[in-house]
Amino acid sequence: MSAAIRIQQVSKCFGSTQALDRVDLEVAAGEFFGLLGPNGAGKTTLISALAGLVRADSGSLCVMGHDVQADYRAARRHLGVVPQELVFDPFFTVRESLKIQSGYFGIRDNDAWIDEILENLGLTSKANANMRMLSGGMKRRVLVAQALVHRPPVIVLDEPTAGVDVELRQTLWAFIRRLNEAGHTIVLTTHYLDEAESLCGRIAMLQAGRVVALDTTARLLLRFSSHTLRLRSRGEMPADLASGAAQSGGWWSFPFDDFTEVEPLLAKIRAAGCRIDDLEIGKPDLEEVFIRVMQGQAETPAN
Amino acid sequence: MGHGFSTLFYKEVLRFWKVASQTVAAPVLTSLLYLLIFSHVLEGHVRIHGIAYTAFLIPGLVMMSVLQNAFANSSSSLIQSKVTGNIVFVLLPPISYFEFFLAYVLASVVRGIVVGAGVLLATFWFAPLGFAEPAWILAFALMGGAILGSLGVIAGIWADKFDQLAAFQNFLIMPLTFLSGVFYSIKSLPPFWQELSRWNPVFYMIDGFRHGFFGVSDASPWLSLAVVGGCLVLLTVFTLNLLKRGYKLRA
Repeated sequence: MSAAIRIQQVSKCFGSTQALDRVDLEVAAGEFFGLLGPNGAGKTTLISALAGLVRADSGSLCVMGHDVQADYRAARRHLGVVPQELVFDPFFTVRESLKIQSGYFGIRDNDAWIDEILENLGLTSKANANMRMLSGGMKRRVLVAQALVHRPPVIVLDEPTAGVDVELRQTLWAFIRRLNEAGHTIVLTTHYLDEAESLCGRIAMLQAGRVVALDTTARLLLRFSSHTLRLRSRGEMPADLASGAAQSGGWWSFPFDDFTEVEPLLAKIRAAGCRIDDLEIGKPDLEEVFIRVMQGQAETPAN
Repeated sequence: MGHGFSTLFYKEVLRFWKVASQTVAAPVLTSLLYLLIFSHVLEGHVRIHGIAYTAFLIPGLVMMSVLQNAFANSSSSLIQSKVTGNIVFVLLPPISYFEFFLAYVLASVVRGIVVGAGVLLATFWFAPLGFAEPAWILAFALMGGAILGSLGVIAGIWADKFDQLAAFQNFLIMPLTFLSGVFYSIKSLPPFWQELSRWNPVFYMIDGFRHGFFGVSDASPWLSLAVVGGCLVLLTVFTLNLLKRGYKLRA
């Protein structure tokens, strides 16, 4: 697998703020990759550097093997970016916007592909509406469409679902999944960790401009999260059990890694004379991984 | 020059054309009002270079419209795109800084020429105009439009807010165009102001342009051509350098 995106030792300062600090990242062609981190971690700066909107102070960035500075034309032709801000040009209709965007990429007569994108994003009925007349969700769809007019092999979506309703989210993810299955490399930033967990094969977490975790989603979950047995009980919880658990709102949470641990645990509770009123088992989730990584429990990544 | 350039140029022209009542009709009307008022007051009292005042004034107003609208086009387009954020649509595609420059400046020239032609059309029947040496008319209209279009690119990129752009326009562009001999011959000015006017490049644009109509002018059209051509080259180099560095556009 060749690299769709290769980021090497990229640093960027804005005044005294270190937005990116020697970031190394490689995304293979065909991956569905997640870029996570709290606000201000440097996700958007990294994407902007990749798109040529921001110039890195040092280091290099390549898209499909093309350096974003030295070979910017090829790099930009291979990259489609959905910006985070809900921007639009109020002078034009949806179709005009897409035709103009195609033209910027040197493409004439793009109507067949434009129709296909419109169809897939549920925009066909709005094709001739002025951009000003669209709702926020519709404008967001047009932004996605604009990023795709030149059929870029690498697609970057910067928080595409921020403030977006359920229907659009599902339409959008179904479409992006199809693009990924057709071979497009997808890079996604989002604050919705359940989305990242279900979509992304691999995840990088950024904090204060540095990559603090980088692994497959499955391995991250395995490493930083565990199953949890949650129960509500009457009676005194034995001290040795209570020490390994967390308690909140009448619920006890017991983390465990293997299901063979569950039965002995329950047996001990029963033996202590506790009566269980309610019980559930929680799966490992990315939110827990995220919190633990951000609290600095991750090892330094291999960079 | 690729299809990216021609699309950006087309989009810039389409942008002002879609709101032509504001970008074309309004400035034509403003110039017409200037003409009606000034010619009402001064026609019959003032002759310049042996030309009746109204006839003298028309080319000045035409050229002033060309210049002001060329500046307005690139500067307002860029500041709007920056403030609303849709500037990313032209920054993400593979468009070179040179193509970017050329598209914005040429669209500005088109807007300037369209408005200038509109003013000419609305006013030429007020007074007999000769078209003595039309090559000068065209040359100065094109170069003047390109210079102000280029200044508009600089101002649009430099300004972060609309009021900064308005300051650029009100405190630089307006004085330079109004004090350039649109309404008078600088020969009628006291020596100090006459000398000062000769340092104003816009004076040479207006003077050279007017020469094309009447074959007479305050300065030699060749001198004007040299000054205006020199300014155009300098500004082009300066603006291209800003764009190449990504000043305020690519942080």
